[in-house]
Amino acid sequence: MSEIELRARNFLSVLRHCQHLQMTVERADEDGLVLRLPYSDQIVGNPVTGVIHGGAITTLMDTCCGISTVCYLPEFEICPTLDLRIDYMHPAEPGKPIFGFAECYRVTPTVIFTRGIAYQDDREQPIAHVVGTFMRMGKAVDPADLGKRIDQGDA
Amino acid sequence: MSLSEQQVQQIITRSHETGDYSALVELIPYARMIGMQVTRLGNEAFFTLPRQDINIGNPVLPALHGGVIAGFMEQSAMLHLMMFMNSEVFPKIIDFSVDYLRAGLYRDTYATCQVWRQGRRVGNVAITAWQTHSSEPIATARAHFKLD
Repeated sequence: MSEIELRARNFLSVLRHCQHLQMTVERADEDGLVLRLPYSDQIVGNPVTGVIHGGAITTLMDTCCGISTVCYLPEFEICPTLDLRIDYMHPAEPGKPIFGFAECYRVTPTVIFTRGIAYQDDREQPIAHVVGTFMRMGKAVDPADLGKRIDQGDA
Repeated sequence: MSLSEQQVQQIITRSHETGDYSALVELIPYARMIGMQVTRLGNEAFFTLPRQDINIGNPVLPALHGGVIAGFMEQSAMLHLMMFMNSEVFPKIIDFSVDYLRAGLYRDTYATCQVWRQGRRVGNVAITAWQTHSSEPIATARAHFKLD
């Protein structure tokens, strides 16, 4: 496993809500990050059709855009979300996992611009397009030393 | 676990009649999972997200996951539209944009909505979420919904 992928996995593993949704890292490298969100009854938004709630897709994409920063930064930094916009192309098909892809298309000393898509079978037919902006807070300094746990892999 | 359209419509109709939308919220698995609640006071609606362990993102602060805050705000907007349009169906989300203004700490969170435009086919809703005071929001958002 590459160092980037290891850091992405460690990052995801500390986020409690993402663990509850059983999100996993599919791929992480210099070109971006792919996360997987399995289908489950608890994230359904429409009880008649079984279609997943937009909130679960927002959570997948906020997480995906946020963790994609590790693909571009030399070491872990806390990067809170400034804003996030999601455009829904069509509803997700019930019963199938959703994949989120995100990349950073501009990294400045203060902010990181990310974009991504959510898709199921075909990346060319996305469920949603996403753009998100993240703030750079510098190297993480916290009592639990989250940065070290994520970079060095004992998370 | 899927329900028939008739069962759902009955519950929606009853909610409109009584002004108590808790049964409707119970019907939506995602809303139930994050634990949100709705209160209607006259012609206003308040949405509450009581603090709950599984909604935490960053465990160090600890802080609520930004995606949960957004999901709560999106669901609040949808319910708000249904309540004040007397809608029999769930409006469908077209787009959603959220600005995070302060950390969402591990506390109860509240939201209110404002419908800025309700056309025949599309509605525009602004959502404000806060924890301590409505004048210090943790996030603001706006969403478009398809109404027909």
